[in-house]
Amino acid sequence: MAFVKFNKVGIAGLAAAVPQNTIENLQYTEHFDDVSVKEIVEKTGIKQRRFAPQGMCASDLCFAAADRLLNDMSIDRNTIDLLIFISQTPDYRMPATSVILQHKLGLAKTTAAFDINLGCSAFVYGLSVAFSFMQTGGFRRALLLDGETRSRVYHPKDRKTAFLFGDGGVAAIIEHDEKYGESFFSLNSDGSKESLIKMDAGGYRNPSSPDTLKEKVVDESGNIRTDEHGYMNGADVFNFVLLEIPGNIKSTLSYSGDTAEAVDYFIFHQANSYMNGYLAKKLKLPEIKVPSCIESFGNTSSVSIPLTIATQLREEVQLPKKILLSGFGVGMSWATCVLNSPGFYVSPLIELPG
Amino acid sequence: MEEKLFDLLKEALEIEDRDLSLNDNFREYPEWDSLGQLSVIAALDENFGVVIDGAEFAGIKTIGELLAKIESSVG
Repeated sequence: MAFVKFNKVGIAGLAAAVPQNTIENLQYTEHFDDVSVKEIVEKTGIKQRRFAPQGMCASDLCFAAADRLLNDMSIDRNTIDLLIFISQTPDYRMPATSVILQHKLGLAKTTAAFDINLGCSAFVYGLSVAFSFMQTGGFRRALLLDGETRSRVYHPKDRKTAFLFGDGGVAAIIEHDEKYGESFFSLNSDGSKESLIKMDAGGYRNPSSPDTLKEKVVDESGNIRTDEHGYMNGADVFNFVLLEIPGNIKSTLSYSGDTAEAVDYFIFHQANSYMNGYLAKKLKLPEIKVPSCIESFGNTSSVSIPLTIATQLREEVQLPKKILLSGFGVGMSWATCVLNSPGFYVSPLIELPG
Repeated sequence: MEEKLFDLLKEALEIEDRDLSLNDNFREYPEWDSLGQLSVIAALDENFGVVIDGAEFAGIKTIGELLAKIESSVG
């Protein structure tokens, strides 16, 4: 049982950035007919997404968010001792994007910097890593950056994924102080389900080649993609979520000694509104406690939890709150945490022009 | 339980024009797609308290086989 708890460490500030470039899903009909598109939009609840224009990376969105947050909070950049960059769409295979960001953000050479490669569970995982370092007392501040350009991972001719994913980036400042309450984490993984959400080629197991870049019809429905595009078996993912997530949320609440009633907000990974609606119903949570930003931004992978906070709870989280975060997806990997927050600053949403 | 399963499938897949049979391969229904499958999975969980592992579910072809799986899980 991978449960961990921390004390006197917490989120001091949060900022989010999305590309200004907005995709209207109902008009995303180049490859599919209007009726199918309407059905997909209704079922998934995803109306708009943000796509990074050519040349804009996940790290650029994180940079914009971090730069704004550091300025808004008047934080001396020399006090950032740890920088973590979470993404599965980094700038390069090497070097690590976190190291490039250390320089771009004007942070000291004494900053510890590294990347974490996880998907939808990664913000919660990343928080646990940042909290661990911060609790040692050796670091003054941590900057947790989390960005994705998932729009580029999936093929526009694969109807199973073409309408779901969007881009975004966030920055969070983590500090230690007496005012921060205890936080409780559950971290999990199941590699037997590695093929539920996957990109087969382009890494070192199946290196990039002319063949991996060829468009292929991949199923009886006529969906098209290359081996270097992601695929997802949505129904099996849903099955996985029903099997693992309600239980994980209950066991994390039991570990933190809380009831569901005591939690102010449950912020789930934003995969589709049907699934989150079902999760809320199964856990008997009132709608008002389960905020969502899926309608406007789609599934932004690990970014979706902090993006929901930044866009839906900007005022609310500046006051003391007990919040539960639960991220689940590609791996399969899932993580849940309960934070007793004294309140933290949230910058206004940044819309980055191309 | 058989009737309940037929009703559940008809509702989840929005089938209104015909009756279903235990021998039907439900994966061949024109209404069966990835979104329909989500509705069926949710309805099985809600009505029978059964969540079938993805790999195992993929092996179930007919409504009769699905019924047998539900009965063994519930029983």
